[in-house]
Amino acid sequence: MAKRIRVNGQDHDIDLPPDVPLLWILRDALNLTGTKFGCGVASCGACTVHIDGKAVRSCQVALEDVWGDVTTIEGHGKPQALSSLQKSWVDHQVAQCGYCQSGQIMQAAALLAENPSPSDADIDEAMAGNLCRCGTYPRMRAAIHSTAKMLQEA
Amino acid sequence: MGRIKTFSRRAFVVGSVAVVGGVAFGGWKALKTPKNPLSPPDGAALNPWLIIDQRGITVIVPRAEMGQGIQTTLAALVAEELDVVLSDINVEHGPAAQAYFNSALVADRSYELALEEKPSGWATVMADAFPKVMSLQVTGGSTSTIDAFEKMRVAGATARETLLKAASHRLNIPISQLKTKDGQVISPDNSQIPYADLAEDAAQIDPPKSPRLKPSSEWRYLGKSQPRLDQDAKVTGTAEFGIDKRLDGLLFATIHMTPHFGGAIEKIDITTAETMAGVKKIVVWEDGFGVIATNTWLAMQASDAVEVIWSKGSAPDDTEAVFHAIEAAFNDKANVEMRNQGDVDKALSSGEVIERSYRAPFLAHATMEPMNATALFQNNRLDIWTGNQSPVLIRDACADALGLKKDQVVVHTPFMGGGFGRRGTVDFALPAAKLAKEMPATPIQVTWTREEDMRHDWYRPGSICHYRAKLENGHIAALDGKMSSPSPAAPVIKLATGFDLAPEDPTITEGSHDQPYAIDHFRVRGYAPQLGIPVGFWRSVGGSQNGFFHESMIDELAYEAGADPLEFRLKHIRPEHEPAAKALETVAEMANWTSKTPRGVGRGIAHVWSYGSSVAEVINIRENDGMIEITDVWIAADLGVILDPAIVEAQLTGAAIYGLSAAIQGEITFANGAVEQGNFPDYDALRMHNTPRFHVTLLQNNRRMGGAGEPGTPPAAPALANAIFNLTGKRLREMPFSKHIGFLT
Repeated sequence: MAKRIRVNGQDHDIDLPPDVPLLWILRDALNLTGTKFGCGVASCGACTVHIDGKAVRSCQVALEDVWGDVTTIEGHGKPQALSSLQKSWVDHQVAQCGYCQSGQIMQAAALLAENPSPSDADIDEAMAGNLCRCGTYPRMRAAIHSTAKMLQEA
Repeated sequence: MGRIKTFSRRAFVVGSVAVVGGVAFGGWKALKTPKNPLSPPDGAALNPWLIIDQRGITVIVPRAEMGQGIQTTLAALVAEELDVVLSDINVEHGPAAQAYFNSALVADRSYELALEEKPSGWATVMADAFPKVMSLQVTGGSTSTIDAFEKMRVAGATARETLLKAASHRLNIPISQLKTKDGQVISPDNSQIPYADLAEDAAQIDPPKSPRLKPSSEWRYLGKSQPRLDQDAKVTGTAEFGIDKRLDGLLFATIHMTPHFGGAIEKIDITTAETMAGVKKIVVWEDGFGVIATNTWLAMQASDAVEVIWSKGSAPDDTEAVFHAIEAAFNDKANVEMRNQGDVDKALSSGEVIERSYRAPFLAHATMEPMNATALFQNNRLDIWTGNQSPVLIRDACADALGLKKDQVVVHTPFMGGGFGRRGTVDFALPAAKLAKEMPATPIQVTWTREEDMRHDWYRPGSICHYRAKLENGHIAALDGKMSSPSPAAPVIKLATGFDLAPEDPTITEGSHDQPYAIDHFRVRGYAPQLGIPVGFWRSVGGSQNGFFHESMIDELAYEAGADPLEFRLKHIRPEHEPAAKALETVAEMANWTSKTPRGVGRGIAHVWSYGSSVAEVINIRENDGMIEITDVWIAADLGVILDPAIVEAQLTGAAIYGLSAAIQGEITFANGAVEQGNFPDYDALRMHNTPRFHVTLLQNNRRMGGAGEPGTPPAAPALANAIFNLTGKRLREMPFSKHIGFLT
């Protein structure tokens, strides 16, 4: 029996077993490949999306448990219409390989929604679950601070 | 002074080629210009790096983008000379082809040559010809900008001159009265002809043999930080990695191969797995199996449900046995002797000899994007999409595995979610090719689980090092080093040549034998045990462990001599290579260097020459609740010629973080003939909260361009070990350090 989920404002009826993780529904059934597979055990954060605005690891949320509206990186901003966070990311030239960046940005977006002027310690705590093997952390931190500043001045 | 290292390196190159047979240097194959592999449907390919058609300007960047910004920098080389706006350029990786051989791959990049602007001599001609004859289109070894620096500027410049000639013919105006600007030819009356309108005419004109290249003083893009061309795609999830390839009718697969290297399947039962949701097909090979399903996760679930008993492999059973075998190799004949000056044996036969031993573990690359490939087999043609560092090797291996001709295999190279050397092999492509052949006309995407990825790597080899040294009047009179580790070059040479050689492998000792220290009696030898564990190139290769060994030993000798670690290094380095001394002085100034640190604070310094670049790092740590907290890293790096400072800064920082992650916690261990670690909880890396602040200064005192992607890694581990000694008095001689001391995580 198909389950209906709402992703980036659009309803989808998903005809897959109830235990399939949201990650693999997004990637393989809906072709929303911006959300990445990194570990499958919630230890790298590459698969981070929002459900009702909260950052979650989509590799750990079974289809039957999707409890609210899902937002992925594709729903967060687009190349022609970057979010303020994405703009800062580009300004700071953060991405190297780029593979973890969707998850990083979704995690940072959830942080800023909750805490519009995070301290370094707040950033550390919020971002600790998101791994980056290229080591883009210093520029990510700078981009989060710039976004917070920009949002406050706006 | 009987230095033999230069000749030894040649022996490595020439020896490998000689065995291939029939390949003659100096012959037509080495001199002939490879054919242009591009044939655009409309418009024109003016050379192998440039297509001009109605879409605009497309630059072929035949080095794969794995985060190092290479698409931006190589496109800038063409844009600079072609006179086009960098952000207007489309970039494509292009096909696998001999034309894209990497001429810098085996070039001599020792510090002695770094003060000469251009390489020269017969040895250089041969080092240049080897990758060409072997069609080595490789992204690795921190070579991409070095290889491209002249080639791609010439590509831009010849195209520009040919376009000017085409305009001159058309307008009947002499070239001297025409100008170019931002992708257009401008005539004296200020009318403009876009390059695209001239391209087909230009393609009929013989290009100039030696176009004028701009001197650096006229550069518009080069030498200045450019906005990377990949950023918008990478922040919006629209950048296409191999794992993101989507094709009509795509099926999703995973594989499970024997965890015992060289082992096979003893017994297998797929009956339960076959009936599971979404499963389309299970293919069983001698040493593993693949599951094809309608969804990657369903394939992984079914793979877990396959009941399989593996036979034992050929590798030693556990970590202890592995290192026992590595130690035992010191009894064999040395594989390489890359430096031997003075008379080390005589010098060490009297007086007080200081002996120290060090050890480094095996390491996985752990790229963020797990290994994967997507393949479509139809009409006797294989298309394969996979992030890779050597497309020609992949093409040839897939052709071989499927019984196809080379031109029946087309390799597509998308973005890589990290490479670090892992994607220079072909093992991640072959299962997809084989599964695709089982289901013709259906595209199959094979994604490895993280566990499969971590347990089937081509690991940075574990290594043991023994040093003996003697001090005289506060100076190192003699230094004798020997390192034993499986040869990371051997598997790649086997792939490229088809022969199972045990070549001289200078990477076993690089990072130690090639350091700019003036020591009268100086010898370094490498030993190469064969363990049956797959090993390969891991960011900075030999430098990743030997930089730690060498720069720890130097620190120990400074301590024994009662000298400041900076002053001790400068005293030995300055007579040998002035730019390296400058890098050390610069980093010391940045960090306000002192080894007399207040209580609770430790400082360490290290300098490693690698890939033609000089990198000095200072690390500051402090004690925090009985744990080590790294607060700051200062880097001063001399890369000779710097094309994009912001990208280089990112590479140096990232490389140091990669090195620190490994130094603190990276370790692959073995039990029951298999790798024990499987996922990030047991093979973690630095994260936001434990990454220190970085301060980077770039220098250009060397005249020859050095590499950027790797040289930041080697000094990180020794600078940290030296800081820990400075703080605690405890000398750590084995990585990872977290086995011996607590870190704030």
